[in-house]
Amino acid sequence: MDKWLKFLEINAPRIFDLTIEHAILVGAAILVALLIGVPLGIYLTTNDYLAETVLQIASVMLTIPSIALFGVMIPIFSIVNLGIGFVPAFVALVLYAQLPIIRNTYTAIRNVDPEMRDAAIGLGMKPIQRLFRVEIPNAFPVIMAGIRTAVVINIGIGVIAAYIGAGGLGVLITQGITRGDNYLIITGSVAVAILAMIADGFLMWIQKRYTPKSIAN
Amino acid sequence: MITFDKTTKTYDGGVTAVKGVDFTVEKGEIVVLLGPSGCGKTTLLRMVNRLESISDGKIMIDGEDSMSLDSIELRRKIGYVIQSNGLFPNMTIEENVMIVPDLLGWSKKDKKERFKKLMNMISMDSEKFGKRYPHELSGGQQQRIGVIRALAADPPVMLMDEPFGALDPIIREKIQDEFLQIQKEVKKTILFVSHDIDEAIRMADKIVLLRGGELMQYDTPSEMLVRPKSEFVREFFGKDRAIKSLSLHTIRELQDIIGLAEFDEGITDTITINVNHDLRNTLSMLLNQEADQVIVVDDEGNKLGAITIDIVQKYLHFEIKAKPTLVEKG
Ligand SMILES: Nc1ncnc2c1ncn2[C@@H]1O[C@H](COP(=O)(O)OP(=O)(O)O)[C@@H](O)[C@H]1O
Ligand SMILES: [Mg+2]
Repeated sequence: MDKWLKFLEINAPRIFDLTIEHAILVGAAILVALLIGVPLGIYLTTNDYLAETVLQIASVMLTIPSIALFGVMIPIFSIVNLGIGFVPAFVALVLYAQLPIIRNTYTAIRNVDPEMRDAAIGLGMKPIQRLFRVEIPNAFPVIMAGIRTAVVINIGIGVIAAYIGAGGLGVLITQGITRGDNYLIITGSVAVAILAMIADGFLMWIQKRYTPKSIAN
Repeated sequence: MITFDKTTKTYDGGVTAVKGVDFTVEKGEIVVLLGPSGCGKTTLLRMVNRLESISDGKIMIDGEDSMSLDSIELRRKIGYVIQSNGLFPNMTIEENVMIVPDLLGWSKKDKKERFKKLMNMISMDSEKFGKRYPHELSGGQQQRIGVIRALAADPPVMLMDEPFGALDPIIREKIQDEFLQIQKEVKKTILFVSHDIDEAIRMADKIVLLRGGELMQYDTPSEMLVRPKSEFVREFFGKDRAIKSLSLHTIRELQDIIGLAEFDEGITDTITINVNHDLRNTLSMLLNQEADQVIVVDDEGNKLGAITIDIVQKYLHFEIKAKPTLVEKG
């Protein structure tokens, strides 16, 4: 136990820095993934054929082992001299986040009660008014659930980023493995888990806060 | 005024849901589209506000071909009420009711006033309910909110698709009466879908009876009951149509024609009934034997006489059944 405390005392600033690095990497990736995934998910509700194709591609992407996807990024980004570091890791995470975000947005908007949509059209709402006044507010909890899944997946997979030099909490784990240092491995893993819980808790709070009371249950 | 001119609808799958229907809904009238499930009532209704396209023929609204109008503007001038009320759960009652005025860019003050007035019409407290959400209201209240939402921007035309269909019978009748009362004031041109004969008779100035997408008869309820034009119409209204037709008559009409009985001040177990009550309800009240004597009163409470089952039967026999076309042909 003493050893633990001593270890933490020495390494605390570094753990903190790596956690921030991890959070920034994941946060940036999620932000961009949202800007792509939510509009795309909404658009797909108007195009059944494209929807099937895109959702399939996104599913396949999620099944690629993360280490392989990160590996693939290196040669691709080498072309523009960004083979290792933040950029390839960031792009890989954006790709991983797409499926839950696109799929949940698509499903949530599609599942808005057809009678409700009908009423909105019948009252003379334009498509964009319908989207912002009726469809998105009522789809919000399901879209948020997708975002939360994406965030948790990304925080976990973000550990691999260390292998391509993008830093983050993965650094503790990879160092621990090469040095055979269990303290490093456990600390890294626990930090990842705590980060994921905090992020999810925060998003859950946002979800509850902005879900219309009458559809929360 | 809404005019249907050989209006036809064939769905993509090939089903022809409405076949060359011709009729006109006059300004300020309630026309009920009546018929068995799947006969095309909803389709016909939804073609008016262009929720369904028109395959052939025309629909004219106040003389203008509906297809020549902008669909968004058209819909904002047509109130639309559906059975599942279609209230938006993410909006308060006030926001729900004020959607169309909001889309039309009314001022805050105008919206506030209008909301109060509409809530008054349905005897609901605007302060108490305005900030609530739809799920906090009873089914009947939600449906009434659906109705005033359609009335909010004072559209000349209303489309109502089984608006009271999901309510239990007692509440349904109350809301029907309330709505008829409102209609007396607002005088909208209304197309109202129903599969319930009693509701159609109560609500309609005229009924359009449909079968398999075709118009079978277009007439006032009493004409349709008394002079059905075909075996289908006759059967649709059923053998008890004479009793059904009682709901078209009031005690006053009975009094004018055959008069009431003397009432006996000595009988203590007495209830009173207003002279404007319809005869069908009166009859069921008499059959339920709610009291030993039922005294008819006018609006001022003056006792006019007593009413009995015998008297109603006599009226039924002479005034309704006696009409020649109603005699069963066996
Ligand atoms: N969207 C649709 N696509 C294909 N057929 C439809 C559609 N809507 C209704 N129908 C068919 O059209 C006919 C009339 O339906 P509808 O107008 O809903 O009847 P009602 O309201 O009188 O019950 C039915 O046979 C129904 O199956
Ligand atoms: Mg219908």
